[in-house]
Amino acid sequence: MEQLMLAGGTILTGVFACVAWFWGANFVLDTLYPPRGPNIGRNILRANMIRPWLFIGPAILFLGVYLVYPVFKSTLMSFQDSDAKAFVGFANYNWLLSDAKFRESIFNNLMWLLVVPAASTFFGLIAAQITDRIKWGNFAKSMIFMPMAISFVGAGVIWKFVYDYRAEGQEQIGLLNAIWVSLGNSPETWLTVPFWNNFFLMIVLIWIQTGFAMVILSAALRGIPEETIEAAILDGANPWQLFFRIKVPQIWGTIAVVWTTITITVLKVFDIVFVMTNGEWGTQVLANMMYNWMFRGAPDYGRGSAIALVIMALVTPIMIWNIRNARKEMA
Amino acid sequence: MDNIAGTRARLVWAVNLAAAVLVILWVVPTIGLLVSSFRDRDQITASGWWRAAFPATISSFVRAGTAQDQFQENGLWVIEGNVLEPGQGLERWGTSSRAPEAYAPGETVDLKDGEVITVAPDGGYRLTAPQEFTNTRGMRIFITTTTPPRFTTDNYARVIGAEGLGRAFLNTMTVTIPATVIPILIAAFAAYALAWMQFPGRALLVAAVVGLLVVPLQLSLIPLLRFHNEIGLGKGYLGIWLAHTGFGLPLAIYLLRNYMVGLPKEIIESARVDGATEFQIFRRIILPLSFPALASFAIFQFLWVWNDLLVATVFLGNRPDQLVMTGVLRELLGSRGGDWEILAASAFVSIAVPLLVFFALQKYLVRGLLAGSVKGG
Repeated sequence: MEQLMLAGGTILTGVFACVAWFWGANFVLDTLYPPRGPNIGRNILRANMIRPWLFIGPAILFLGVYLVYPVFKSTLMSFQDSDAKAFVGFANYNWLLSDAKFRESIFNNLMWLLVVPAASTFFGLIAAQITDRIKWGNFAKSMIFMPMAISFVGAGVIWKFVYDYRAEGQEQIGLLNAIWVSLGNSPETWLTVPFWNNFFLMIVLIWIQTGFAMVILSAALRGIPEETIEAAILDGANPWQLFFRIKVPQIWGTIAVVWTTITITVLKVFDIVFVMTNGEWGTQVLANMMYNWMFRGAPDYGRGSAIALVIMALVTPIMIWNIRNARKEMA
Repeated sequence: MDNIAGTRARLVWAVNLAAAVLVILWVVPTIGLLVSSFRDRDQITASGWWRAAFPATISSFVRAGTAQDQFQENGLWVIEGNVLEPGQGLERWGTSSRAPEAYAPGETVDLKDGEVITVAPDGGYRLTAPQEFTNTRGMRIFITTTTPPRFTTDNYARVIGAEGLGRAFLNTMTVTIPATVIPILIAAFAAYALAWMQFPGRALLVAAVVGLLVVPLQLSLIPLLRFHNEIGLGKGYLGIWLAHTGFGLPLAIYLLRNYMVGLPKEIIESARVDGATEFQIFRRIILPLSFPALASFAIFQFLWVWNDLLVATVFLGNRPDQLVMTGVLRELLGSRGGDWEILAASAFVSIAVPLLVFFALQKYLVRGLLAGSVKGG
C-alpha cells in the first residue's frame, strides 16, 4: 500500500513538476519579454525564439541522458577492459570474432531475421485479407491481435506448455507432443532439438507479431483506391490475381514498414530466448549473450558493450532508412 | 468490392474456414494455459488440457491392508478397505503390474493358497484367506480410475499469496503508472513545439527522434546504471521511472507530433490572431484535440512497461520483494519448471491486466499503430 502511495505521490509530483516547469518558464518568459508596451515587436520575436526550447527542453534532456549519452558511452566502453577502466583497443572485437558462442548468436540472429519478419508479414497479410472479407472479421482480428498484449515472458510460458515433454508412455500434456505422438512418433524435447529448436522459439515471436502486421496491412489494403480493383475485376482478374497482382504491389511501402519494424524487434529479441532456453542447446542470440556478459557472474562491461554495438550496427541501416523516409515525408 | 467477381458460395466458405483455422491456431496456446490454470496438479499431469472437460482416466495402484488390519469372520481371515478416493470411479482393476486392467469391478478372483480378493464398483475391496495373513506390506491392487472434471481457483490463491505474485503485482503497478503518465506530459509539449512552432534545428530534431526510435535498449543499460549509481540514485523506483520515461519518449514524441501536425491549421492560427499565448493554445486546443493520440501512446507505454522484463531486471533490485511480475514469472520458470498449475496461474495473473487494457482500448491501440507506421511508408 505504502508503495502505491509512493507511486501516486510520484505521479502528482511529476505532473506538478512538469506543469510548474512549463507554466513557470512561460510566465518568466512573458514577464521578461511582455507582448505589449514600447518594444512589443522585438519582445514577441525574442519570446518566440526562446519558447520552443522551453517546451522541448525537458524532452531533449531526457533523450540526451537516456539514449544519446549511452550510445557514446557504450562505444567507449567497448574499447575498454571488463571494468571499463583501461583501454584495450580492439581486443573485445577480436575476442568476438574468435568466440564460438558469438558466431552461433550471429548465425541464429540472421536466421531470426530471415524467418520472423517474413513469416509475420506473410501471415499478417493473409489474416488481413481474410478477416476483411468475413462478417466476424473484427472478432477474428481481435483474437489474432491479442498476443500483442502478452508479455514475452508470458508468451514464453504459454509456448513452453505447448512444447512440454513427458517421457514416452506417459500421457503427453504438451499439445505439440500430444499431436506428434498420436501420429505414431515418440515424444521430443522440442527446445533441445539442435537447429530446429531455434524455429520453435521463432514461432513465439511470429505468434506475437502477426497481429501487428495484420492490423497495419489491413488498413493499407482498405486504403487501396477502389477504381484499380474495379478495373481489374472488369478485366476478368480472379481473386488470386486480384490479391497478388493488384493489391499487394500497391501496398509495398506499408509492407516494407511492417517488415522493418518487425526486424528491429527481432534484433532486440531477448526475453523469449532468456526465459525459454537461456541460449542453451544452440539457441543463443546477441541480446541474450550481451545480457549474460553484462549481468551474469563476473560482469565484463567491455565485451558486453561490444556485443551491444554489434546490435546497434545491425539496426543502423534501418534507422537511416527511417530517417530518410521521415524527411522525405516532411519536405 | 472484392465480391463483384462473384459471390461464389464456395469461396466464401473457404475464406470463413481459413479465418477460423487461423483464429484457432492463434488462440489455442493461450486457451491451453488458461484452462490449465484452473485444474489441479494431478489433473494437469493426468490428461492434456483439451480433455479437461471430460473425466480423466488415471492408472495407479494402492496397497491393501497388512496383517495388522485383518480380522476373523466365519472362520476366514479378512482384510477390508477401499481403493478409491472421494470422487473417483473405478473402471478396471488387477493384481499384477503385467495385467493392471485384468478384472472388472465386482469380479472375484482366486489368488494363491486359497486367498480370494474382490473389488466392488464402489472401490471397497475384500481380501480373504483360510489361514492368518503374515505379510507386513500390503499387496498391490492396480486400479484404473476415472475422475470427473474438476476446476479450482486454488492455484490463483496460492500464487498470489505464497509465490509472492500479489506483492509483485503491486510492484508492477508502482513501476507502470508513473512510467506511463510522466513521458506523456513531457512528450506532449515537445511534440507541440516540433509540430507548430518555427525554430532553427526543428527538422534535425525530428530526424533525431525518428533515429532514436530504434536505438536498442541494450546499449543504454550499463552506462545508465552506472550513471544512476554515480548520482546516488542506485537501483529503485525513481531510477526505473526515469529510465522508462527516457526510453518511451521517442515513440511518444513521434506519435504525438505526427498527430498534431495533422490538426487543422486554421484553428491554431485564428487562436494566435485572437491573442492566445502558445501555452493557452497548447492547453485549450492542442491537448484536448490530441486525446486519441495521447490515449494511443498511453496504451503502448502501459503495455510495454507492464510487460518489460529487461529494464526491470536491470534497474530494480533482484530481491524477492522487489521483483515485478515478469521477474517472478521468470524465476518460477527456473525453479518450478514442471509445476504447470503454478506457472499457468502466475502467467495469467501477470497478463490479465494487459489483456483487459487491450480489449477495452483496442481502438486506440490500432489508431496509434497506424499513426506510427503507415505514415512512414
